[in-house]
Amino acid sequence: MKAIYIMWLRQIKRYWRSRGRMVGALGQPILFLVALGFGLGPIYAKAGGGDFIQFLAPGVIAMTILFSSMFSGMEVIWDRQFGFLKETLVAPVPRLHIMLGKVLGGATISFFQGAIVFLITLIAGFRPTLSFIWLAILFMFVIAVLFTSLGVAIASQLDDMQSFPIIMNFLIMPLFFLSGAVFPLAGIPQTLALITNLNPLTYGVDGVRGALTGIYHFSPTLDLAVITFLSVLTLILGTYMFSKVEA
Amino acid sequence: MAFEMINVSHLTKKFGTFSAVDDVSFSVAKGKIVAFLGPNGAGKTTTIRMLTTLLRPDSGTIKLNGIDPLTQKDAARKLFGIVFQDPSLDNELTAFENLEFHGILYGVPLEIRRERIESMLAFVGLEERRNDFVKNFSGGMKRRLEIARGLIHNPPLLFLDEPTLGLDPQTRNKLWDYVKKANKKEGMTVFLTTHYMEEADKVADEIVIIDKGKIIARGSSKELQKKTKTSSLEQAFLKLTGHSLREEKGEAKDRARYQNRMWGGR
Repeated sequence: MKAIYIMWLRQIKRYWRSRGRMVGALGQPILFLVALGFGLGPIYAKAGGGDFIQFLAPGVIAMTILFSSMFSGMEVIWDRQFGFLKETLVAPVPRLHIMLGKVLGGATISFFQGAIVFLITLIAGFRPTLSFIWLAILFMFVIAVLFTSLGVAIASQLDDMQSFPIIMNFLIMPLFFLSGAVFPLAGIPQTLALITNLNPLTYGVDGVRGALTGIYHFSPTLDLAVITFLSVLTLILGTYMFSKVEA
Repeated sequence: MAFEMINVSHLTKKFGTFSAVDDVSFSVAKGKIVAFLGPNGAGKTTTIRMLTTLLRPDSGTIKLNGIDPLTQKDAARKLFGIVFQDPSLDNELTAFENLEFHGILYGVPLEIRRERIESMLAFVGLEERRNDFVKNFSGGMKRRLEIARGLIHNPPLLFLDEPTLGLDPQTRNKLWDYVKKANKKEGMTVFLTTHYMEEADKVADEIVIIDKGKIIARGSSKELQKKTKTSSLEQAFLKLTGHSLREEKGEAKDRARYQNRMWGGR
């Protein structure tokens, strides 16, 4: 158990010490919020959809968590590059604990980034209902766990720095754009609906949006069940893949 | 067997068609200091990686104090400490934090841990730099910190993979004195590699020489000199392994290592 804590603590310390990373990671969400929120807002309102910021803000929060989580796998690649990975690999600790420490560390950071973006959306005009904020927090955290596990699992299979960001962008962009983060899922073409229904982030976005605005496309139970199930599955898969890592 | 700390039999590891370690068998008795010598690319580090659960052998068996590191990984990992050939510190943490991290991972209880960290920091002369970030350390300081880290949990078996590379003679002497003392006092078994023959000569009870993935000689320094009719371990080594220069097989890991050096590692 202590191993999980120290792995977690290490990542929090590293994060806290690189403020540049903290601030830099906020650029993209703010860009999406401003460009899409204010750019498409008037058209959305004209089409009868109401305030687009109300719709978009939860999507941008989920996006922040998705990006930050997936890229926390990068830490594994850095550790390999700088040799520190060997130190964790020879430690007499079950791989599940190491994986849990890594995932909880990455997920905490991603959650924190998501929380900062949440505050920014408030400035941008987002007006959530706060009675289910705890549910939104839960959704944010489970999304973070799911995609951090995925990021770490992928990173554990790669041994060079160059391919990871490329693979990540290849995955992150479709996950984000095909999730209902930027457009409502009601009335979309069937093929697209099929794809969005297969995308785990769709349920995460729907959960956060539902908890904060009261409008669900699916239901909170289905959303939570799907992403919790996938989180556990990815965590187990990631642990297995990580246990096979050689150095 | 109870008196064997390391037992390796028919160990083989291939990278593609290249046999890095080729049907290697040897054993190390408890409480011995054994130097594992060989030219670059002979298979020393590959062997250590297999012994320390970092790499799966293609075939052969390993026993560490009777424990199979392939199937009982965590039990085997509890047994040894290792100082790696390549840097393996977290540069974004302080010296103290690196040692604390290690101590916790190895389950060293708080009070003993703090005491050990203090004494090891003093031992490697870094007690005044304890709260400095490792990224600001010189190569030698990093090396010393890694040595301190490998010793924090007082392992019954210690692997030292070229531990003195890039260290000044003062630190080298200190390290070997410590290793000999821990070996005498606590019966710590030591398995080391080095390119400095005089170090091997000075500390090791037994020398094992590996070349091109195969063990070509073993015995005490005296025995090897006698066998090769030479008057120093270095001459014996050269006679056994030849004078030609070796080329190490480059792989992704090596590329990473060079990149890492460029990025400000050692």
